[in-house]
Order: sequence, then C-alpha cells, then structure tokens
Amino acid sequence: MASRAYRHSLNGSLLEPGHTLLEIEGVVLAFGGINALENVGLSATQGRIHAVIGPNGAGKSSLLNCISGLYRPQRGRIELHTGQGRHDLATMRPHRIARLGVARSFQNIELFSHLTVLENLMLGRHVHMSRRLVPSMLWFGPARRQEIAHRELVEEVVDLLQIQAVRHRVVSSLPYGVQKRVELGRALCMQPALLLLDEPMAGMNVEEKEDMARFILDVHELRGVTVMLIEHDMNVVMDLSDRVSVLDFGRLIADGSPEEVRNDPAVIEAYLGAEAGAG
Amino acid sequence: MATATGIHHRSYRSELALRQTKAERLRLALVVLGALAMPFVVNVYWLSIVNTILIAVVGAVGLNILVGYTGQISIGTGGFLAVGAFTSAIVYERAQLPAVVAIAAAVLLTAAIGAFFGLPALRLAGFYLAIATLAAQVIIVFVARRWDWLTGGTGFIDVRAFELFGWEVGAGLFEVEWYAVLLVVAGLAVFAARNLFRTDLGRSFMAVRDQDVAAAAMGVNVTRTKVMAFAVSSGFIGLAGALTAHYTQTVSWERFTLDVSILYLAMIIVGGLGTIAGSVYGAAFMSLLPPVLTAASNAVQGSVPTLAEQLPALQVTVFGLVIVLFLIFEPRGLNHIWQRVKDYGRTWPFRT
Ligand SMILES: Nc1ncnc2c1ncn2[C@@H]1O[C@H](COP(=O)(O)OP(=O)(O)O)[C@@H](O)[C@H]1O
Ligand SMILES: [Mg+2]
Repeated sequence: MASRAYRHSLNGSLLEPGHTLLEIEGVVLAFGGINALENVGLSATQGRIHAVIGPNGAGKSSLLNCISGLYRPQRGRIELHTGQGRHDLATMRPHRIARLGVARSFQNIELFSHLTVLENLMLGRHVHMSRRLVPSMLWFGPARRQEIAHRELVEEVVDLLQIQAVRHRVVSSLPYGVQKRVELGRALCMQPALLLLDEPMAGMNVEEKEDMARFILDVHELRGVTVMLIEHDMNVVMDLSDRVSVLDFGRLIADGSPEEVRNDPAVIEAYLGAEAGAG
Repeated sequence: MATATGIHHRSYRSELALRQTKAERLRLALVVLGALAMPFVVNVYWLSIVNTILIAVVGAVGLNILVGYTGQISIGTGGFLAVGAFTSAIVYERAQLPAVVAIAAAVLLTAAIGAFFGLPALRLAGFYLAIATLAAQVIIVFVARRWDWLTGGTGFIDVRAFELFGWEVGAGLFEVEWYAVLLVVAGLAVFAARNLFRTDLGRSFMAVRDQDVAAAAMGVNVTRTKVMAFAVSSGFIGLAGALTAHYTQTVSWERFTLDVSILYLAMIIVGGLGTIAGSVYGAAFMSLLPPVLTAASNAVQGSVPTLAEQLPALQVTVFGLVIVLFLIFEPRGLNHIWQRVKDYGRTWPFRT
C-alpha cells in the first residue's frame, strides 16, 4: 500500500522538545485510611516517553487519574505548561483538562461500547469541534463540512493503527487487543499535548504487545507526542522509555533513566518484595 | 459506488450519506409514495388515527433522544406535552399571535422547563431520576389544573381554528389538510433527529450514555450535555404538545396524565431504544393498538358478544402484555426485527 505523507500533526503541544511539560509536586491522595499517593513529585519533559512503574496497588492509576482530573488530590500541585501559560490541573474538572490537550486511555477499556470505531475516534475530535444545535439538525452546510474535515485526521489515525478493516464495527464486538488499539486511537485523535496510557499492553499476548509497543514508538518518534505510560512489565518499560518513575505504596521510590532505575536497590527490593508476596 | 463486492466510497461525503444503496433509495421512494397516497386510500376515521400517530412520532423521537440516546430516564413526558400544549394555546388564543410564533414559544418554553427538571440528572440516575422526573409530571399537571389565570379554573382551553400563513388548516377536508401539515412536521422532526446523531453534539449524548467518565476525559462537559439532552428532548415533546392543542382545538389537563408518559415510554421500548426509525415504528404500533383491537372486537361482536363487552379491560391487558413480551423477547424493538428482515432479504438465498 502506498504510504501517504502525514497531513496532520498529532502532537498538540506548542513546547519545544526538552522543555518541562508537566510538573507534579507534593501530591497527596487518600481514600479513607489508605494513602494512595503520599507526597509524590515528578516532572515530564516534552518529547519523551515517561514510564511510571510499580507493583499492583502502588498508586500508578491514581496518579494518572489525578492528572486527568478524575481524582482530586487532597494536597499538591499538578502543573501543565502549554507554552501559553501554566494550569494547575489539581483543581480543574476533567473536560477542562482534556481541552488543554491531556488525553488518556484506561486500564480497563472504557470505550463507548455501542458506537462504531469511527464514532469512538470522532469523539476524540470533540474538543476541536463546534456543536451548535441548529446546524447539527440541518446537517447540510457547516455540520457536514465539519464532519468531513475531522474525518480526514481520524482516517490518518486509522491508518497509523491499522484498524481500517474494523472502521464501521461496533467496538464491543471487537477482540480485546483491537479495543485497546481503538482506545489509543481515540486519545490520539485529540492531538494531545500529553498522552497518558494506563497499562496499554495489559492482558495482551506477546504478538499484540509487540504491535502496541511499535504503535507507541511510532506515535512518539514519528509524531512527536509526549507519552506518560504506566506499565507493569519491567522489560517493556526498559525498551520504550526515556525516563522511569517508580511508585511503591504511594511513595516515589526512584526516578531516573531506565539504567539508573534498574540498578536501584529500592526498586529491586520493591519488585522482589512484591513477587515474594505474590508467590 | 455499489458493486457486487459491496459499497465502495470515493469520498467521505458519499460515505456519510444516509442512504447508500439502490435498495435503500427505493425503500425511501416507496415510503414517500405511500405517504402521498395515504389520504386517498384510507377513510377519514383511519386518517385521524394516522394524524395522531404523526404527532406521537414527534414526541417519541424526542423522548428517545433523552432515554435511548443519552441514557437518562424520564417519566415526565405527559407534563412536558402539557407545557407545549398550554403554551401554544395561550399564545395563540389569548395573545392572538400567529401560529408559528405560538408553536416556537411552546418549543422553547418546554425546552427550558425540561432542562430545569433535568437538573436532578446531574446527581441522580436510573430509578431515582425516574422519581425526580415523576415530580415534573405531577407538578406541571397540578399547575395546569389549579392555576386560575391559565385555564380560568376549569383546566380547559378552547383553541380557535389553526391558521398557518393565512391558510386555515382544516377548513375544507379537516383530516386531509391536517395530514399534510403533520406529515411535513413529523418528517422534519425525524430528519432533524437523524442529523443530530451524525454530528458531534449527538455523539456526545451517546458518549455520556455509554461511558460518562471516558466522555469527560475526552473533553465532554457531562453536566452540560445532560441538561442539553433534556432541553432538546423536551423541545420535541413540546412541539408534539403544541400540535395536539391545535389539532384537537382544545387543551385539557386530562390528556397529559401519567399514563401518557408511560405510553410514550412504551412506544420507544417497543420501537427500539436509541433508534429514530424505532421511535416511528413504536409510535405507530402503540397508537394503532387500541383502534385495531376495537375494530377486531366489533368484527366478532355478533358471534362473541362477551368479548366486545370486555374491550376496555382487554385493551389495558394487551397493552401491558405487548410491553412485557417485547422486553423479554425483543428488547431492541421493532426496529431490530426490521433490520433482521432486511439482512435476510439482502443475503437471500444464503443463510447467515
Ligand atoms: N476509587 C477508589 N476508591 C478507593 N480506593 C481506591 C480507589 N482507587 C484506588 N484506590 C486504592 O488506592 C491504591 C492505589 O491503587 P491504584 O492507583 O489503582 O494502583 P495501581 O494502578 O498502581 O495498581 C490501592 O490501595 C487502591 O485500592
Ligand atoms: Mg492501575
């Protein structure tokens, strides 16, 4: 198949690579007696893949939920730099955060299950679309032009993720691995400034994992999207990421390059401890 | 382009068209022809029933926008129909404004009141929301009955003949002329609703229904979307109420009680939740059920007189039975049955 030149940038950030995109400081989140996050601080850099790892229950998903506004931390700052200003995400509602260009996938797939793949991806365009009632009901004119214009970017994502064949299928009828891919696609359609992926490879077989890793690298290398990724599997993380933060029982126990983190005694302890506990 | 191997589109524009195959366009042509032939084929009695169906279509489409497409339950339909009917009647009758203005006022006011009574949906869902919308039903009908200024203390308003841009609708052949008007309005309502769900606004309704957390994470303002869905849905229902007022030339609170709310819910369940076509089928089915039962019992009156006597009880029983049977055997409604028939025809003689 002839490859087309990219016509749309999928990276929604105005920052130059190397600048600080996200600064998290002193974040505390507790559920009843459980401290899901205790004074967590880290920062993500434009143009990098940043992994957050740690044993089950370490607070990884909670951290992502705080960034995207689904959880509200009791204390701390989560600052997003857009190139036009700074925004404290810790006090914003989720849909406002999405409008700043923070896109995400979920650990347990949260697609719009009755809608087709295309409709799900088009919802990724929501923040970029206008939705006035009367033109929508008339269809002919502005509404149709808008649908067609946004469809072009969506098709580029469809090509990138190789889901052409299932475009018109209802997502709930698709296999798990494909659904995971559609969820990545939906987030990409937002042209994110920051892409948050919560265990994008969980529950996949080796082949599907390799595909997904390839897609994430494509998104990052070819399209310049900054990725913050949660992953359980150490090996995957070491291959993919530029920087790794390690959580254990809600605390940040290490933060650095993959090599630094791999050899950090505290990390080895946490992982061995978790394995011993699980085994 | 349709070929033996399927439909091949050359532009997104052609792919986004509602009707793509020859069969689909042929069916549309048949429906249009049938609609045009209707007044010449059926008698005045049945044409009046068709007219009530056309009004019900507008209301059922509206309710389906809220319940089927946005996943917010409402049993306040009767109340919202009342708002539309009383508003249009008062603006037309007392203020002596043109019918179009009266109907527009009815649509807008019902949308606003619907949005207001939709506010509990921001906190409540399912059964609790149903009870909250029941409050809308009860309060609105109570106001219509008791507010003297509104109805002069009687609960009734008589409405003068319907005049549309100088044309007195129904002055000649009453049912036929009304059929023409209602067909156009119902057609436009269906067209508008179909379009809504091809665009971002309608998709955001469905996103809230399927996964509100993910919707928020995609930038959908869930609060706003729910209120908007209540407003749009109520706007359609208000239009149906206004049409009832002008068509029947009288407005009385007794037409807008809780059983009307249940009837409309039955229409969209039987027709198919979350489909526009289903709203049409359901409105037709539930509106035809009583007259068909009456006709049937009249036919057997000579041979089985007891059956004809039991007709009112029979109607209620059949009504309940139909809903239960659909919920059990075809929860996706008449629309899904029709989809299967079409699929069968398309792939015949191959079994799928
Ligand atoms: N919504 C919630 N309600 C109560 N406890 C929660 C909630 N979300 C997370 N937790 C708790 O917070 C801790 C961290 O969970 P989570 O962030 O999901 O971990 P991870 O993603 O690293 O496996 C766990 O103890 C979990 O039980
Ligand atoms: Mg998790």
